[in-house]
Amino acid sequence: MKEFNYHSAKDSKEASKLASSGSAFLAGGMTTIPSMKLGLATYKDLIDIKNIKKLSGIKVSGKSVTIGAATKHVEVANSKDVKKAIPSLSSLAEGIGDPQVRNRGTIGGSIANNDPSADYPSACIALNATIHTNQRKIEASKFFKGMFETALKKGELIEAVEFQIPEKSSYQKHPNPASRYAVVGVYIAKYKSDVNVAVTGAKSCVYNDKEMAKALSGNFSSSSIDGMDLDSSDMNSDIHASAEYRASLVVTQAKKAVDAC
Amino acid sequence: MASLVGSRVERKEDKRFLTGKGRYTADINLANQTYAIFVRSPHARASIKKLNIDKALKSSGVVSVLTGKEVADDKIGGLIAGWAIRSEDGTEMKCPGNPPLAKDNVNFVGDPVAIVIAESLAEAKEAAEKVEVDYKVLKAVTSTAEAMNGDTIHEGIDKNLCFDWLLGDRQKVKEAFDKADKVISIDIINNRLIPNAMEPRACVADYNAASEEITLYTTSQNPHLSRLIMSAFGNVAPEHKLRVVAPDVGGGFGSKINVYNEDIVCSWAAKKINRAIKWVAERSESFLTDIHGRDHVTHAELAVTKDGKFLGFKNETIANLGAYARVFGTVTPTYLFGPCATGVYDIPAAYTNVKAVYTNTAPVDAYRGAGRPEATYTIERLVEKASMELGIDKTELRIKNFPTAFPFKQTLVHTVDSGDYVAGMEKAKQMADYKGFETRRRESEAKGKLRGIGVTSYFEACGIAPSAAVMSLGCGVGLWESAEVRFNPTGQVTVYTGSHSHGQSHQTTFAQIAADELGVPIENIDIVHGDTDKGTFGMGTYGSRSLAVGGIAIVNACKKIVEKGKRVTAKMLEANPEDVEFKDGEFIVSKSNKKKTIGEVAFACYLPGVRDEMKSPLPEGDEPGLKETSFYDPSNFSFPAGTHIAEVEIDPETGHVKLEKYTACDDFGRIINPMVVEGQVHGGLAQGIGQALYENAEYDETGQLMTGSYMDYTMPRADNFPEFNIGYTCTHATTNPLGVKGCGEAGAIAAPPTVMNAVIDALGGQEVTMPATAEKVWKACKNLKKSNSKAA
Ligand SMILES: Cc1cc2nc3c(=O)[nH]c(=O)nc-3n(C[C@H](O)[C@H](O)[C@H](O)COP(=O)(O)OP(=O)(O)OC[C@H]3O[C@@H](n4cnc5c(N)ncnc54)[C@H](O)[C@@H]3O)c2cc1C
Repeated sequence: MKEFNYHSAKDSKEASKLASSGSAFLAGGMTTIPSMKLGLATYKDLIDIKNIKKLSGIKVSGKSVTIGAATKHVEVANSKDVKKAIPSLSSLAEGIGDPQVRNRGTIGGSIANNDPSADYPSACIALNATIHTNQRKIEASKFFKGMFETALKKGELIEAVEFQIPEKSSYQKHPNPASRYAVVGVYIAKYKSDVNVAVTGAKSCVYNDKEMAKALSGNFSSSSIDGMDLDSSDMNSDIHASAEYRASLVVTQAKKAVDAC
Repeated sequence: MASLVGSRVERKEDKRFLTGKGRYTADINLANQTYAIFVRSPHARASIKKLNIDKALKSSGVVSVLTGKEVADDKIGGLIAGWAIRSEDGTEMKCPGNPPLAKDNVNFVGDPVAIVIAESLAEAKEAAEKVEVDYKVLKAVTSTAEAMNGDTIHEGIDKNLCFDWLLGDRQKVKEAFDKADKVISIDIINNRLIPNAMEPRACVADYNAASEEITLYTTSQNPHLSRLIMSAFGNVAPEHKLRVVAPDVGGGFGSKINVYNEDIVCSWAAKKINRAIKWVAERSESFLTDIHGRDHVTHAELAVTKDGKFLGFKNETIANLGAYARVFGTVTPTYLFGPCATGVYDIPAAYTNVKAVYTNTAPVDAYRGAGRPEATYTIERLVEKASMELGIDKTELRIKNFPTAFPFKQTLVHTVDSGDYVAGMEKAKQMADYKGFETRRRESEAKGKLRGIGVTSYFEACGIAPSAAVMSLGCGVGLWESAEVRFNPTGQVTVYTGSHSHGQSHQTTFAQIAADELGVPIENIDIVHGDTDKGTFGMGTYGSRSLAVGGIAIVNACKKIVEKGKRVTAKMLEANPEDVEFKDGEFIVSKSNKKKTIGEVAFACYLPGVRDEMKSPLPEGDEPGLKETSFYDPSNFSFPAGTHIAEVEIDPETGHVKLEKYTACDDFGRIINPMVVEGQVHGGLAQGIGQALYENAEYDETGQLMTGSYMDYTMPRADNFPEFNIGYTCTHATTNPLGVKGCGEAGAIAAPPTVMNAVIDALGGQEVTMPATAEKVWKACKNLKKSNSKAA
């Protein structure tokens, strides 16, 4: 690892002031530290945001669940409030990586990183989330731009993620047996007027599968998507799964999610 | 006194391990030490056109940068293959030179070309990036199956072929096949694995200019052997000026048998710079440069009668050696593989032919089970297939072909001294509720799942390697083991063993044995291993040999102690030595019932003569002191055996395989410590199931390792396993006084075919290669659906 300067910011303002083109925020460090160790990324400055009090914590209202950006996966997994309001969200957090990762990794870091096989982005899409930053509010559908790409500007800090509580929901992940990231994960949430089918792992970026969402809006039953033949031409293919297999998994996991709702 | 052998004595080593007090190589820091980083080839195959170290030398904190040129100038030797194998046509095997730092050519990604030594690790890393190597990249050979058709990797080694070896009789096999009603044939890939010891390799080399001695602390399973090789072949220092210490070692599984490039280079360089050097592998270096395991491509056939009697067997295997032949690289796919190829069965005619090939991949060598898992996988997959094709129950078919009388002389090599395979099978079936499977299968079916059951009966030859047995095969190296038992004057005992514990609990089990033999409380016995300056030369730990060979050496040394004790007691108590009996730590004169404790005898041996009584207790001809040594070379291998049964449930929609039940019923002979044996079985099963369902080392066609981290290489985890159902049958080995056989590798040997047989059973006989990943199984499920709907 190359040398770098470590800063601990006391508030969002200081954090974004310290940010530059050669910096990264340090939340859980679960992505940043390994990539620095492997020489895949080098930063001049690491700006630790874990000590910014405002960024941690969970708030539940009648309509939404708001999670501070620096809240750890383990906290979401164990939160009674989240379990009650959106049980699928706490079980998603419980299924991320391993205990070490869950004890450090954060929701803000996860969605800022926007790994194509990360779990949280699918929750954001499915649960009509709003991303609160120190500058603005961004709708989830406009936040995830592409592989490891988001709408965040340099120095823009995620402060919290606000999820809309659905009628029912379920997240079904087919994990990569090695890393436990999603080979394919499907998050289905049913609201009064519509259904979201958020898919992660299958393509270069999380997406809402409109075709399945439409079918399920008509009839919220796994039979309405059974046997759907998805186009796999733009799906990921790697040593863990071919595009064809991923396409099939999307339908299978979606069916499981509907059945589990 | 109750016997300790056979009881669940708590592990003496746990206190230090569980409280973080273990002392591993990376924990060792010497005064004024430097830090090393190795510059490694990023290419699988290339020639080195130019290597420029000028910038690196000028980098901050750099002490020295050494390359293949200096290695050659100093006539430092290379790494070696420990076992000479002769081809079927009588020619000797062909091995390329393997200098510890490559000078002209690199042959796998990770092959080291330079060592950078600096005042700090960060400075060494920084400088290593400044070593400029100009490579001419050449086409890599990576496929095992195609290696013989690839470009020649090592000059003069035609077809990349190290040897083409035969064990058995082709003519007899042909005759057997001519008589057969049916021939079952199978094509198998035994997937390449990366051992992944929890502790990465490391070494700390020190030079004492006053004594001209090099001390190497290293992660080794066999420090004495390492010293011998480094001295005799590496030319690092004469043996008496080289001390090798393997302190606590965090797992080896065979990957730490080898002397590695870093051991030789750091030792040599420490003398050159006259300072200590520390090197600790990063995990990614472990993936790239630790020896890998398995990697066979096999075609095998079994000739059978229609009622299921096995008549003949042939096995044609291509074994990947990787870029170079290393210490056990050549013996693993031959003498550790071929003799076990026919499995537990009585097959009158058989041969095994192995072509060992070089490729531009990490060297392949002994990994837990070494050769025997590959052999067992082949025969057990074949037998399972035979049971399907013949329509004979898989357990009945096996029983039908078990030997019934022991000693059992196998067709190929081994004479198995003892066993009761039918008893093992019956007990395993009961433990696994084999009868109830059909009900469970229907329950799974009702849930839309596919359920399969798989069986493996295995035997293995371990306790490697009795000189008499291997020499008779034309194999150049025999292995024995040493032990030295030393009493202190005040009665505590230190046992020095030539074997090494890196997870095997010798500190406990060996002490149990010595405690029983000597009647000394276990607290008063220390087991010392892992230091060439302590105890006599020993061969180390691998091939489930520590107990069956090393343990017997301890027994024999203890027996010598007792013999001397009897003579001394006789003299002290004025009796005949023949009248002295030894029991529970006491020497008793049978006629007079007078006695001496072993502690009193030890004291007397060291301090002969008591005040006012100037008579020596030592009989004429006996020297003072109480210390005995034994070098034990067994007459034969030992042959653990057993039957394992697995049940899996498959989700046809995702292809996910869930291992529902796993039953292991093993015959390890006498068991010294059941708790320790359970640990060994669990670990072996985890690795064997890992091979079947999860682990796979994959290179792309340019020779880059695609699975070079835990993000891509699937290590099995606790939640991948059911509660293991473990049981034993017991027939004592007749070839050693303890009746022990060995248990370290059984799980890794039996589990792959057991699990795969279950998976393939669930898939209606469709072949799937290991690891049976969800996608492969999903594809098979789709085919199954297609063929089922056709049939309907
Ligand atoms: C072994 C392993 C297994 C894993 N398995 C999974 C898995 O199964 N599923 C899954 O979804 N994830 C998985 N992860 C990822 C993990 O969940 C982390 O959430 C993720 O690595 C990033 O979170 P972090 O808090 O560690 O971020 P960091 O590594 O600290 O930061 C990552 C990036 O996000 C930016 N960032 C962090 N916080 C903010 C913020 N508040 N505002 C703006 N930018 C910010 C940083 O600048 C940096 O670029 C795994 C990671 C590991 C190491």
